[in-house]
Amino acid sequence: MVTNVTNLGRSGLHDWIIQRFSAIILAAYSLCILASFVINPEMDFEKWSSIFDNNAMRLFSLITLFALCAHAWIGMWTISTDYITSLQFGGRATFLRLVFQAACVLLIAVYLLWGIQIFWGN
Amino acid sequence: MLVSIYRYNPDTDDKPVMQEVEVQLPEGKDLMVLDVLELVKRKDPGVVYRRSCREGVCGSDGMNINGNNGLACITPMSEAVKPGGKLVLRPLPGLPVIRDLVVDMSIFYKQYEKIKPYLINDSAPPAIERLQSPEDREKLDGLYECILCACCSTNCPSFWWNPDKFIGPAGLLQAYRFLADTRDTADAERLAELDDPFSVFRCRGIMNCVAVCPKGLNPTRAIGHIRSMLIQHGT
Repeated sequence: MVTNVTNLGRSGLHDWIIQRFSAIILAAYSLCILASFVINPEMDFEKWSSIFDNNAMRLFSLITLFALCAHAWIGMWTISTDYITSLQFGGRATFLRLVFQAACVLLIAVYLLWGIQIFWGN
Repeated sequence: MLVSIYRYNPDTDDKPVMQEVEVQLPEGKDLMVLDVLELVKRKDPGVVYRRSCREGVCGSDGMNINGNNGLACITPMSEAVKPGGKLVLRPLPGLPVIRDLVVDMSIFYKQYEKIKPYLINDSAPPAIERLQSPEDREKLDGLYECILCACCSTNCPSFWWNPDKFIGPAGLLQAYRFLADTRDTADAERLAELDDPFSVFRCRGIMNCVAVCPKGLNPTRAIGHIRSMLIQHGT
């Protein structure tokens, strides 16, 4: 068993389930957005903005935002542990992987906070 | 027939080279790749490769034949080479080369060892043997036949990237062989050992293993079964 890991769910099964559930949420949200364009062919800012005035839509957006962040972190963590390894980068691998993962965490945190501000701010 | 063969001796060579050898094939016969390799060896006795049973049972002569992993002894030339083409032989990819077509399989065996490839049963053994119903025995079909030739694991990108952490298709097929065995009572311990992000979950289901298995086995399906068992035990 590989125990020295920094993944999200602390087990392979957790990550696998989180990734699949978050993918379902993301797909459902994408369909919802697509449907709003189909229902409103003359979409303008007023209509677009009114969709997100609805609390249910705001909540769905927040859940989707969390799902996106979890999905992105699991994906980026997996990519980093596949490609940035000592086989490819020798002794520098750990440092490079840590920098890459830190940059991903920072970016995801910014997107999350920014997203919350957009959906729930003024 | 032109044969292009990977030559490398890490002790003396700076880098590997592809050596081209022309061999005369007998008319009207569809030789196996191993037979052609024997003809090459007659011309150049320095060529090094593993072989033993020459009938797809020992798994010694796994190699990369014209881009596909396979056993040289049971791969016919008609299947390996297009008409007018040449035979290109390389060692199994992703493992350190000891010499020419011989690779160091230590890490492959280490992963195999991790899954405890033996029956675990703490109850007192019966006088003769632990019996199994024909239905339960059938569950092992498609699993026990693996000969550990490493064609599948060395064709798997996840194994190339993390050979020290990802068990690989061959090891996981055997892991499921013991999980599926009704005489084995260590399912919980076995599953606990596999529930990390690397051992099983690095499999992305691209099925390279299924495409090259010389015995026609399906490690991807076995990995799916392990995943289902992990879900049943973990949720």
